[in-house]
Amino acid sequence: MRMSKIVRFGADVLFGAIVIFGLYIIMHGHLTPGGGFQGGAVVATGVALVIVAYSYEEVIGMVKKFVLTIQESAGLVMFAGVALIAIGLGTTFFFNFLANSGSLFGMTVPFGPNSGELNTGGVLPLMNIAVGIEVWGGLAIIILYMLSGIGKTEEA
Amino acid sequence: MIETIIHVLVIAGLIVSATLVYYFRDLLAAALASGLFSFLISLEFYLLQAPDVAISQAAIGAGLTTAIFIIAIRSTKRYEEDAP
Repeated sequence: MRMSKIVRFGADVLFGAIVIFGLYIIMHGHLTPGGGFQGGAVVATGVALVIVAYSYEEVIGMVKKFVLTIQESAGLVMFAGVALIAIGLGTTFFFNFLANSGSLFGMTVPFGPNSGELNTGGVLPLMNIAVGIEVWGGLAIIILYMLSGIGKTEEA
Repeated sequence: MIETIIHVLVIAGLIVSATLVYYFRDLLAAALASGLFSFLISLEFYLLQAPDVAISQAAIGAGLTTAIFIIAIRSTKRYEEDAP
């Protein structure tokens, strides 16, 4: 069963805005409320909106289980990899080797109230991105498997 | 004073939406009322100064849970029958 044309058009329009807002929450995870899990859940809500609005055959054509599985695994590997790089540099597991280094996300935090400077935090933004990718794939694949379990036996 | 009024309004909305879930015979409308309940409880989390929990509740409670309910309703009947 596919929803009415109004619902499908609304899903198409809202999908981009929801994904951008979720990615914003992920990227500003070290500055504002939210983070990897919350942003990934918001992005997965956009995927769920598309899955609910379209029929089974159209969804199978648009969203691939393979891609979402790879995405979930890639997030986990990136999270563990960033933590393991610190051991390779001769420090402890999960050591924040990028903080105050001047390179990527390495700016020193200015004194005073939260200035909203995005280029700070060391490895924390990288780990937020990893968790966001992983939660995005994981929560989207839950919805997709729920739809696959029903399959084509749905009523009109 | 104004905060107390907002709290009372949100909690009254919670009770009304929870009652609507019980009384609706249309299961799609009941699922949407359950989503409204989750949205109002996330608003209450925000008023209690927990914006992290509010974002999680709005995304998972109001978004993903309602989507799972709607997908489940798609494969069954939309209207609830009278109890035998």
